[in-house]
Amino acid sequence: MADAEKAPKRIDVKAAEAPWWRRWLPLIGIGAIVLFCLVPFYWMVVSALRRPSDQFDNSIIPKRWSLENFSDVFQPGTGFGRALLNSLIVAGTVTILTLIVGMVAAYTLARLDFKFKNLVLAIIITTSMFPGISLVIPLKKLFSDIEWINTYQAMIVPSLSFALPLAVWNLTAFFRQMPRELEQAAMVDGCTPAQAFRKVIIPLAAPGVFTTAIITFIAAWNEFLIAVSMVNRKDISTANVLIASFTGTSGRDQPFGSQMAAGVVVTIPLVIAVLIFQRRIVAGLTAGGVK
Amino acid sequence: MSESASVVGPPPGKKVRRTSFNEGTGRLAALLLSPTLIVLLLVIGYPIISALRESLYSSGQRIDADGFIIEGSQFVGLDNFAAIFSGETGERFWNAFYNTTFFTVTCVVLETLLGILMALVMHKAFKGRAIVRASILIPWAIPTVVSALLWKWIFQADGIANEVLGTQILWSTEGWQSVLSVIIADTWKTAPFIGLLVLAGLQTIPDEVYEAAKVDGASPWKTFTRITLPLVKPALLVAVLFRILDTLRIFDLPYVLVGPNKSSVETLSILAFLEANQTRYGPAAAYATLLFLYIVVVAYVFVRVLGADVIGEARVNKPKKNGKNGRRNEAGPGVAAGTATGSAIAGGGAG
Repeated sequence: MADAEKAPKRIDVKAAEAPWWRRWLPLIGIGAIVLFCLVPFYWMVVSALRRPSDQFDNSIIPKRWSLENFSDVFQPGTGFGRALLNSLIVAGTVTILTLIVGMVAAYTLARLDFKFKNLVLAIIITTSMFPGISLVIPLKKLFSDIEWINTYQAMIVPSLSFALPLAVWNLTAFFRQMPRELEQAAMVDGCTPAQAFRKVIIPLAAPGVFTTAIITFIAAWNEFLIAVSMVNRKDISTANVLIASFTGTSGRDQPFGSQMAAGVVVTIPLVIAVLIFQRRIVAGLTAGGVK
Repeated sequence: MSESASVVGPPPGKKVRRTSFNEGTGRLAALLLSPTLIVLLLVIGYPIISALRESLYSSGQRIDADGFIIEGSQFVGLDNFAAIFSGETGERFWNAFYNTTFFTVTCVVLETLLGILMALVMHKAFKGRAIVRASILIPWAIPTVVSALLWKWIFQADGIANEVLGTQILWSTEGWQSVLSVIIADTWKTAPFIGLLVLAGLQTIPDEVYEAAKVDGASPWKTFTRITLPLVKPALLVAVLFRILDTLRIFDLPYVLVGPNKSSVETLSILAFLEANQTRYGPAAAYATLLFLYIVVVAYVFVRVLGADVIGEARVNKPKKNGKNGRRNEAGPGVAAGTATGSAIAGGGAG
């Protein structure tokens, strides 16, 4: 990330001698990108904050602000609170399992030299390319045979298929960036390799592990295909599935107001996490490429 | 241990990288890797094999030639595949195949172009980087389902899109408009992200290269095509590959934004999903298998022909400057940039 710090100064000097449009063009471009990314999101938030009766009013700022849509979403009949909890359980378990299993594998891949390392890396990265649907169909049949349909594990186990490769890949990149001397020093001081890993590497890798946890959690939280395939009971559905099948409380055919409000509720935690940890997330997502 | 040993088993003709191969290290590595590999074997290896097997069976209820109801699965050989390619199902399959391909080509081309453009802007700009980075991550963080609903709301008959455009288009009906709405929604979600990746690639290019080009009197366009593009190419290729594979399995966006059983936006994933939902696992597995094979072929072609270095292990010390030839070994330091990300998008998009 040192490049990011270095870059502004350099361009600053150039920009000072450039004609005015050269100086302003990047800013205009930046503005365009920000608008491109944020306008649809703004529309979701604003639509959620309208009164249900103004729902089809397309003014950019609502005439009357209201939290009615949000209270609609959380009415007892909708089961939305429960769905949020379900999402949390599924995504949380997936993240924890993935980190436990993936951390050891990533450390091995980053540190040990062994014969089939490239093959293992290839296997792990290839597995993340498999289409979700070709995993879901046989698993769905299997799960209905062993009566796992409508259970949490039916959503958690298949989710490992995309979460694990993602986490291993990210963590490997992080572990690789840590100097080998760390463990060597620990071992000189009398640690076994396992102790060196536990007492030295894990605490130092905490930022990387944390970033991977966030990225994995977001991926698991956003998952839809598995959740919609494995569960058909409302009380066990994740929030994503529930929102998509929202019928609302007012009985209109498509309760967009409540859906937008529910969407905001589902998204806001992620957006806050992204805003707080943006540096880390960007570093994590581009890990391995830039040092 | 036996499971892991079989997973890490020797590939034919694989060259031993290190002559000083330590037997103990190998065993330790196998031990440490076995949990991950076993999990992957269970949640990916098993389903793939099982889908292949399933696609050769008919399952659920069906009526045989004499009008009797047959229950349970029955071996039918390649009948499921034959059925896919013939008659009305054949039309539906080819339509879904065409849609999948069309979405992939259009979305990836659009997203890549926009992404590169965004990366260049971000690279040049010295103010507002933090804001851009934060805002770029927002479309990525929004669950695909929620963004599908959001765009459905925007493209509502009396929604904001029609009002801004001054049109009366019924976006969610069959036809080009629903296709367009899916493409727009997908581009919104992913283009910024490709921008982020390309930016990471751009930041690895040393200033000296640009200064040298300037001294040599290269025009900005020439600098871009001769220096910037070849040097970010490894990172870009991997990102594009992952986007392609991700869009080939597109499901949530058309399914939620437009809806099931709309032939204009029906993709292979949706088709397989709908079949499985009616417990016709045989045909569903056949569709899924075909999609899987399609993805394998595309990935293979991409890696072989374009030389996308997915693993990023086979690094050469210095990237070559002439990007025209010798692509295979051009892996620079930015190579693996897209890899982690590709799978990150995959989580939201395909999952």
